[in-house]
Amino acid sequence: MAALVELRDVVKHFPVTRTLGEIARGAHPAVHALDGVTFDVGDGDAVAIVGESGCGKTTLGRLMLKLVEPTGGAITFAGAPMAGLAGERLRDFRRQVQLVFQNPFDALNPRFTIYRAVVEPLINAGIDRAEHADRVASAFRRVHLADFDRYFDRYPHQLSGGQLQRVVMARALVLGPRFLVADEPVSMLDVSVRAGILALLREVRETMGLTAVYISHDLALVRYLCERTLVMYLGRIVEDAPTEEIVRRPRHPYTQALVAAVPVPDPDQSRQPLPIKGNVPDAREPPSGCSFRDRCPHAMARCAAETPALRAVAGGHHVACHLE
Amino acid sequence: MILEVDKLQIHYRTRDGVARAVDGASFAVPEGRIVGLVGESGCGKTTAVRAIMGVLAENGRQAGGRVVFKGEPMDEATTRKLRWRDIAYVPQSAMSSLDPVYTVGSQLIEVLTKRGGFSRAAARTRSVELFDLVGLNERRLADYPHQFSGGMRQRAAIAIALALEPSLLLADEPVTALDVIVQRQILDVLRSLQQRLKLSMVLVTHDISVVAYLCDEVVVMYAGQVVESGPVREVLARPRHPYTMGLRNAFPDLLSDALELVPIAGSPPDLREPLSGCRFVPRCPFAQPACSLDAVMTGNGAHRSACHRDSEADTLRTAALDPRTWPRSSSFAMS
Ligand SMILES: Nc1ncnc2c1ncn2[C@@H]1O[C@H](COP(=O)(O)OP(=O)(O)OP(=O)(O)O)[C@@H](O)[C@H]1O
Ligand SMILES: Nc1ncnc2c1ncn2[C@@H]1O[C@H](COP(=O)(O)OP(=O)(O)OP(=O)(O)O)[C@@H](O)[C@H]1O
Ligand code: SF4
Ligand code: SF4
Ligand SMILES: [Mg+2]
Ligand SMILES: [Mg+2]
Repeated sequence: MAALVELRDVVKHFPVTRTLGEIARGAHPAVHALDGVTFDVGDGDAVAIVGESGCGKTTLGRLMLKLVEPTGGAITFAGAPMAGLAGERLRDFRRQVQLVFQNPFDALNPRFTIYRAVVEPLINAGIDRAEHADRVASAFRRVHLADFDRYFDRYPHQLSGGQLQRVVMARALVLGPRFLVADEPVSMLDVSVRAGILALLREVRETMGLTAVYISHDLALVRYLCERTLVMYLGRIVEDAPTEEIVRRPRHPYTQALVAAVPVPDPDQSRQPLPIKGNVPDAREPPSGCSFRDRCPHAMARCAAETPALRAVAGGHHVACHLE
Repeated sequence: MILEVDKLQIHYRTRDGVARAVDGASFAVPEGRIVGLVGESGCGKTTAVRAIMGVLAENGRQAGGRVVFKGEPMDEATTRKLRWRDIAYVPQSAMSSLDPVYTVGSQLIEVLTKRGGFSRAAARTRSVELFDLVGLNERRLADYPHQFSGGMRQRAAIAIALALEPSLLLADEPVTALDVIVQRQILDVLRSLQQRLKLSMVLVTHDISVVAYLCDEVVVMYAGQVVESGPVREVLARPRHPYTMGLRNAFPDLLSDALELVPIAGSPPDLREPLSGCRFVPRCPFAQPACSLDAVMTGNGAHRSACHRDSEADTLRTAALDPRTWPRSSSFAMS
């Protein structure tokens, strides 16, 4: 299937406040949020992005929606370079894409009622007023919020975390987007509600031809939603494989640690020690070579000298590791 | 008991009536113990915790019951005095709780100097320690909140809550936004604080595996009330309330072959309506006519539940394991 979104060697650096020493040395340190990311999202696909906190997932999502501009590399949407989108074509792009924010408490204007929040995309897109009420109601029905009209007059802070998360989802779906980036979309929902939302997302994908990127740290959830998963570490993709493969036969040492650390709901089984120690290195000073090497149980001399490239290996895996 | 919550009632004024978000909930936190507070979205967990902390929304009020901290009933004046020093709070919205105009480091130092009486130099050293504790690089103290990722802000909020070594920590979904490795590291930090400082804690979460990993006891809420409580092992291995049984079923297992979740059909009741009897009746596969009477917490020992069919709990639990017990219409096949 043709790719809807293509990323080639995408780099994103954020400038940081310089220390006096750095100013004196004339240094310009930057946070290397993304360091050369390449992948395609096929039309109609659902792709998951997982990885350690701070590894660049949200930044990647924002780049794909043109909410920030890359420092280097290229992104195309439906064949058109995103860097060149402007005017009417940019507005058209904005109508086709939606973001579900990572933090529902930040996602809505605190001065707008819930109804206003969800109807706003319809107003902005110039949808006939007569259709508003119906479309809002059907968006709310989809996100399994019972008796939703009782929330219409409330303000965001008057809802619970999980209710808010569903409102944010309703807002994202109300226009029927073609491409959705959802950043931890169900993190605050208990399992009983979550199952319903996941079914909804699958259904929307089939009936409306939605293409989606789900950012989530929850591999169990990702397994229900996406056939393919990208694993990121410190601004790079370290493994790209079918989700079942990632879960059952992880190949990159970081992916292996991630899968081993998934908690289980059983007090007797859940206390296995973590397979890796320490924290992700600071994204201002990524280590040379493989960025996972200071935590990797298999690190060797070559890992410091040479950055491993993402290469195709067995079972549909692409892995960036010198062990392959 | 470091904390006792007794028949707590919290009402919110809304345009169309009063919402009884917490309706007679009782539970206790033994000194040095970690209690998990779980339950469906909207069942009143955050409301209960905010009431204990004395930070209810402006349209909310305590309509009944009481909160007792270290033997003393809490009123507005005592909560204000104890807040942050003795009782610390990580809000569910922790990610947006930092002030955007100050660096994260200066916010941490402010808490340490203003509320904790630290000198500036000592506060700086302590900030580095706290950042290290939650897995943040000390260089990041100079960053503004918008320069942090979501999970980094969450960890900064945890660092601020732990700054003054409180004796009770109320943490609302503290690890929800974190990947499993960082999540585990934070849970390990909390466990070591529990052991080292005898920290007591109420941990709100929807994640049963977090409860299994960290908590000693668990309190299950449904529609503003406590329906089951007891030692974690007991409650997870042998749930007595049908709602808890349903919660366990709906939990996805990473490596199971059954790509199916069995959710609990229907939704929680509208809390503005006057409610009586067991609130789980419309969704409970085991409901009987007697269930229309109020169900009270019973049980001998620490494991208690509020179900009219408590004496049949073992039979019901076996039945609950069968997905066919739960209404089929809302069992979503996921693959
Ligand atoms: N506006 C910004 N200015 C400076 N640095 C930034 C900015 N936004 C993100 N960063 C940095 O870029 C890196 C990646 O951040 P990003 O938000 O993409 O991470 P993430 O993978 O989404 O993490 P999490 O799971 O914690 O949300 C982090 O080191 C973060 O501090
Ligand atoms: N300020 C408010 N005004 C009116 N209703 C409110 C207010 N705050 C919360 N509520 C309602 O009270 C009920 C309980 O909310 P609460 O935030 O305590 O739930 P919760 O158990 O924490 O849920 P979640 O897991 O989704 O965060 C919900 O139905 C919510 O809509
Ligand atoms: S390249 Fe080396 S350090 Fe990196 S993951 Fe592979 S073995 Fe480990
Ligand atoms: S009291 Fe009745 S309706 Fe309520 S949980 Fe028990 S069996 Fe179900
Ligand atoms: Mg993020
Ligand atoms: Mg809550």
